[in-house]
Amino acid sequence: MTKILGILLALVLVTVATAWNTESFLTPYNVKNLLNWIGLFGVISLGAAFVIIGGGIDLSIGSVVGLSACLLPWLLVKQGLSPWVGIPLVLAACAAIGLLHGVLITFVKLQPFVVTLCGLLCYRGLARWFTDDKEMGFGQGFTGLRDLVKSSVNLPIGGTVYYIPTTFLLMVALALAAAFLLNLTVAGRHLKAVGRNEQAARYSGVITPRVVIFSYVICSTAAGLGGMLFALDLNSVQPAGFGNFYELYAIAAAVIGGCSLRGGEGSVLGVVAGVAIIRLLFNSINLMGFPSQLEFAVIGLVILAGVLADTALLKLAAWNRRRQERLRAARDGHP
Amino acid sequence: MIAPAPEGPKPAPPLQTAAKSSPTPDAPARTPLLVVEAVSKRFPGVVALDAVNLTVDAGEVVAVIGENGAGKSTLMKILAGVQTPDSGRILWQGQDVQLDSPRAALDRGIALIHQELNLCDNLDIAANLALGRERRGLLGTLNNAAMRAEAERVLKRVGLNLSPRTLVGDLSIAQKQLVEIAKALLIDARLLIMDEPTSSLSARETENLYRVIRELKTQGVAIVYISHRLGEVRELADRVVGLRDGRNAGNLARHEIDHERMVKLMVGRDVSRLYHRTRHKLGQPALVVRGLETTAHPGRPLEFAVRAGEIVGLAGLVGSGRTEVLLALFGIEPAVRGAIEIDGRRVLIGDPQDAIKAGLALVPEDRKQQGVILEMAVRANIGLAGLKRHQTSGGLLPRAWEKRQARAMIERLRIKTPDDRQPVGLLSGGNQQKVALGKWLTLNPKVLMLDEPTRGIDIGAKEEIYKLMEELAARGTAILFVSSEMEEALGVADRLLVMHEGRITGELAYDRQELTEERVMDLATGRIGVPPWMPDSPTPAIKPPPPSDVARSS
Repeated sequence: MTKILGILLALVLVTVATAWNTESFLTPYNVKNLLNWIGLFGVISLGAAFVIIGGGIDLSIGSVVGLSACLLPWLLVKQGLSPWVGIPLVLAACAAIGLLHGVLITFVKLQPFVVTLCGLLCYRGLARWFTDDKEMGFGQGFTGLRDLVKSSVNLPIGGTVYYIPTTFLLMVALALAAAFLLNLTVAGRHLKAVGRNEQAARYSGVITPRVVIFSYVICSTAAGLGGMLFALDLNSVQPAGFGNFYELYAIAAAVIGGCSLRGGEGSVLGVVAGVAIIRLLFNSINLMGFPSQLEFAVIGLVILAGVLADTALLKLAAWNRRRQERLRAARDGHP
Repeated sequence: MIAPAPEGPKPAPPLQTAAKSSPTPDAPARTPLLVVEAVSKRFPGVVALDAVNLTVDAGEVVAVIGENGAGKSTLMKILAGVQTPDSGRILWQGQDVQLDSPRAALDRGIALIHQELNLCDNLDIAANLALGRERRGLLGTLNNAAMRAEAERVLKRVGLNLSPRTLVGDLSIAQKQLVEIAKALLIDARLLIMDEPTSSLSARETENLYRVIRELKTQGVAIVYISHRLGEVRELADRVVGLRDGRNAGNLARHEIDHERMVKLMVGRDVSRLYHRTRHKLGQPALVVRGLETTAHPGRPLEFAVRAGEIVGLAGLVGSGRTEVLLALFGIEPAVRGAIEIDGRRVLIGDPQDAIKAGLALVPEDRKQQGVILEMAVRANIGLAGLKRHQTSGGLLPRAWEKRQARAMIERLRIKTPDDRQPVGLLSGGNQQKVALGKWLTLNPKVLMLDEPTRGIDIGAKEEIYKLMEELAARGTAILFVSSEMEEALGVADRLLVMHEGRITGELAYDRQELTEERVMDLATGRIGVPPWMPDSPTPAIKPPPPSDVARSS
């Protein structure tokens, strides 16, 4: 709980500092943009959190984002499919990718790092091959679908009208669903148990392979959904590079948000806050006039600082517990 | 030729170490090699050592005996610098020393031969022996020739006829152990600490280890030896030091070492008070096993049955295949073939879910890795096995059920915890074990299997667990347990099935007054080929065990 408070506090601090120092931060245009990015990256980070909480890792997220972002325009524009067929098809393909990862990890017993690293390479190559490495987009077509993704809800605050983008609202809805799944269902509890100690979970009758596969399917499907949203939002996708590094943003957001890469730990609220912090930092580096070449360095340092603070807190808690133990022992009259 | 020539393979004179180690070999009252004075160590919830004393002379084999949880392992870890004592002092050759790291202990010449061996399987013997103190050539490169020559000499001292280039991963456990000993000799260890060194060795390998130990003794190396096997202690030890509940329980000199005295030293209390035997009203067979072959011992079919309300123990040496029986029944390591019947109905068990559905439960051997999830709360641990069964229609967590069960188990098993949200890892071992048990009691299993139910927990918690077993049996639960503690196996079981190398070699019943240590050991060691460390035990002609009437009647 203290962890989440810490993350939210950091989020507020960065927001206030940026708003204080720049005039353009609180303009409706910037807020809309920022929330849009938080929404898009939030979708894929939520998926990543499932895998990480289950004790795994998925390096292929960026390539799956790229693949689905190319696949949707390719199916709709080049193959002339209706969106009613195309979108479910892309989601199903991405779910199949997750299923493949899960099966290779649980039944063939390959390491998640290796399996998803191969995925990272394969899906990128696949996307470049069927698009012939040409930029993909919807051109002037499918405006209804694109407008839906780019639409927003108006929110007047003190005379200014702010726009809350649909992508952000969608992410919030998905976050609520994820929180429900993780905290209130048996499947969520089993996922946490497997992430903590797979052997003990197995000895308690948890069907561990099913749980692990489930987490990878969720992760890849979320990446696929995110990829389609990106494609509809940007309307221009480079097969060679689009989505590169997104897995690392997603993992970083999960880690900032309190997920441990050892598994079993993490909260949805934390992950959303983690995504928000990362996007906010990009935004404020931009607005405050830092050299943009430094942005990766800044974000890297911030993540490191967060993890260090977390470790320090854990040590403090352990120290405090030992002290209590000693005090209690002294009180009970043990040597 | 830049590299220094490898040293010739001249055998080390056997008395070299002894000459170095005793500055005044003939002085009548020389200072002991090691003196441990009033050492204490506390862990959360447990006093592991309470003002323990120990003295070891050069060239002496001291056996430290005691039950699980008596503090033997903690004492050894303190000597090896793995743990530091809370109070007390340690004198090494008469001087006060701080053994605050394994390095500090090794530098003084104290080496611990771990129960779990600490070798790199991917390196060869020579590289393992030299690890951390590699010889270098002129350019700073590894001087493999010198390291191999060194390895060859020390391997000879421990009687290992292998090339130093052999990969350690290709060695047997016994050979690895000898490599560990060789490693200790290489740094001129003066004191070797061996923690249950024969627990996974065959009779012949054990004999070889004895030979090496005696040889080292003549070279002036002192050995502190922990063992559960009293026959072995009788064979080897110059002196016995008994520990009980973290305190010194007394010493035995060489001529005093016999079985009876050792047992008294270890147990030292009214055993009958610990075990509350009641007569069980036996019901129908709850578990019947026919022709079960485990993956560890294929081709050795097992036949046995456990009745409702009966407590049956699987006895035998480590590696005799007892745990594997439980794992097969629970579907962790499904049986190769054979039939399992629960309450007269044939069940197929391919994974733990099948077993749970059939009414089986297993409290596994490794509490921290298998029994509980240390980081999770008491409540979540107790609920874990029953969530699926009690989930609501939408797959929601049965939160009320979980909470109720956690409360009930905390009260019924007297789990000492501030509340049910406490992570299990912060509880003492005994309370962790109760959580592991409570998880299954929420499901009211027909057959409860327990693997080493009281390993490493304090006497108080042990007694409570024995009581609970009695209580469950009285309510008609069939209980099948594995125990390596002879006293426990004899004290709790209505019937003991004794295993040897994957076979059930006999069945002993409390009612027939057959539960004696001698009979168990005779069966556990396979009747034929009684190991050399029991030379004076007669080999009685035991009739083949009567077929279990239970198995026949069903």
